[in-house]
Amino acid sequence: MMTTDSSGDVRLSGIGKTYGSFTAVHPLDLTVPQGSFFALLGASGCGKTTTLRMIAGLEEPSSGTVHLGDQDVTHLPPYKRPVNTVFQSYALFPHLDIFENVAFGLRRRGIKSVKKQVDEMLELVQLGEQARKKPHQLSGGQQQRVAVARALINHPKVLLLDEPLGALDLKLRRQMQLELKRIQTEVGITFIHVTHDQEEAMTMADTVAVMNAGRVEQLGSPTDLYENPQTTFVANFLGTSNLIEAEVDSKTGGEIVVRAGGGKLLLPEARCSASTTTGGKVLVGVRPEKISLAHADDAGEISEARNRITGKIVDSSFIGVSTQYVVDSPACPGFEVYAQNIDRDPRLVPGAEVVLHWSPAHTFGLDAAQDIDAGVETVEEEAA
Amino acid sequence: MSTLTEAPPPLAPAAPEKKPPRKRGRFTPYWLLLPGILWLLVFFALPMLYQASTSVQTGSLEQGYKVTWHFATYWDALSEYWPQFLRSVLYAAAAAVLCLLLGYPLAYLIAFRAGRWRNLIMILVIAPFFTSFLIRTLAWKTILADSGPVVSTLNTLHVLDVTNWLGWTAGDRVLATPLAVVCGLTYNFLPFMVLPLYTSLERIDGRLHEAAGDLYAKPFTTFRKVTFPLSMPGVVSGTLLTFIPAAGDYVNAELLGSTDTRMIGNVIQTQFLRILDYPTAAALSFILMAAILFMVTFYIRRSGTEDLV
Repeated sequence: MMTTDSSGDVRLSGIGKTYGSFTAVHPLDLTVPQGSFFALLGASGCGKTTTLRMIAGLEEPSSGTVHLGDQDVTHLPPYKRPVNTVFQSYALFPHLDIFENVAFGLRRRGIKSVKKQVDEMLELVQLGEQARKKPHQLSGGQQQRVAVARALINHPKVLLLDEPLGALDLKLRRQMQLELKRIQTEVGITFIHVTHDQEEAMTMADTVAVMNAGRVEQLGSPTDLYENPQTTFVANFLGTSNLIEAEVDSKTGGEIVVRAGGGKLLLPEARCSASTTTGGKVLVGVRPEKISLAHADDAGEISEARNRITGKIVDSSFIGVSTQYVVDSPACPGFEVYAQNIDRDPRLVPGAEVVLHWSPAHTFGLDAAQDIDAGVETVEEEAA
Repeated sequence: MSTLTEAPPPLAPAAPEKKPPRKRGRFTPYWLLLPGILWLLVFFALPMLYQASTSVQTGSLEQGYKVTWHFATYWDALSEYWPQFLRSVLYAAAAAVLCLLLGYPLAYLIAFRAGRWRNLIMILVIAPFFTSFLIRTLAWKTILADSGPVVSTLNTLHVLDVTNWLGWTAGDRVLATPLAVVCGLTYNFLPFMVLPLYTSLERIDGRLHEAAGDLYAKPFTTFRKVTFPLSMPGVVSGTLLTFIPAAGDYVNAELLGSTDTRMIGNVIQTQFLRILDYPTAAALSFILMAAILFMVTFYIRRSGTEDLV
């Protein structure tokens, strides 16, 4: 089913949405290639659902155009668009049984013999046995699969998923993530998935667009976004980042030397998204799992080539596979370090003086003009 | 007052809780039911029994009535007054259908389109209740008066020719015809249609409309396949709330009708209050009740509302 033509491309050109004086989505350009699994990631209210609804035709854009392949669908009503949506909390028709829910789209297009197709589709989502039940008789996970089947049976050019897993518990969500990924690979349809769960977006999507306050902050593959965040929002929203305010000391052969908290750190110039001038400010970032932790007594054993910061453990929590430490250092308060529990050093307890060290290659640089905490609070809000 | 202290024992133990429920709380539901049950007992069940016994009595007003289990009264009443029964059912059904046709668009508008006008329209729907039933019906006498603007307009447009042909009106007047009675019934019971319809429409999740549109249903198809089926509980309760009281109504037929439009309510009223033939009146009341119960049961079965959400 996988095709190489571009009829399933979704092209958004300058599309924006305003409600009165409030701008839900700033004019944005986005191309989702045919057959890809694309995620729109952001906190609630960032405009991701509005963007999705404009593609579905449920929301009229205030500006810009929506193209599906070569067709301009900007002003088409939803029932004339070759896209289908899996709604948040599913919106299954409560008065119809599972079979009729799935057959709904086919029947509306005047297809008479739907039995075979519906049966096949129910088989694909493993619900063959439940065909004659009403939606309220199914569990949340089963309802979710009905919603997917009901949309997919129409062979849309694009399948839109609006927080499809939001109502499920954690374990089921993990299972459904893999399930959706499997279905997408099987049918080869373009999926556009809206979620606030960064882990979900990274697990499932080929390409993720991180949205914040009605704008796309950064777009790329999950690894790219994680390893090379371009803004503090992305750095903090996707996983956790330690961001250090530093001053540019000098540049030598593709590396920037910065001063932070009395020490010097190395930053590869290629991984710095901000333009730097000697004496200027820059934010230096490093992910918690890239950092090694050594007791201050062993400081001499650390290779000179590594970036290092000294500090004191203020908190540690044992998670099983890893231990998460919070370290206060002059360079950065509340430095987070995730250490794999391979050999645990019994001296690493709160109060211990430690040295944090990591490879300069794992350091990234960001423009210091931004809010260093952007994206932090939103993650906590969602978790609450 | 022994009934007050002897609440019946609970049929099933209270739902399991972590803490054992306090003993006093177990009887709370029955205490709450008590006033209503007492009220129904004194003002519904006892009069019903009294009427039932009246319906099988014989005798005369002068010599007094005695229970003689004379069930023939039922048969006599039915064979004499079946045209009025039939008329009541037809008028009530017509009024219920008219209420549905007028009330559905109105309820739909209030539920989905009214926006900030919603409360105002709701008040307008309920507003007629602020005046008496009798006065409102009398007002229709003025509205439909022979020389009034409504009748003359209908005459000019030759609408009355059509209704005459259908047998709904006679000559060039509307008053004292079946049409007038059905109009009165429709007007008086319309709010009882609009309110349940509004309630069931308002409960429909708006995303179901979006989902139907997303699945290639045009707006009217969405209404036919999603909105209307989901509003069936409102349609059923609305038609019942209009049909049942309309079938037993006598005020509209009395004020807006003629002797040719007498409904069973008028017959019962006359039997009770003018002719003073209590057994016949009581028997007619029971026949009406049984007929309504039968039709309602059949209707609910057919519409399959127990299947809905």
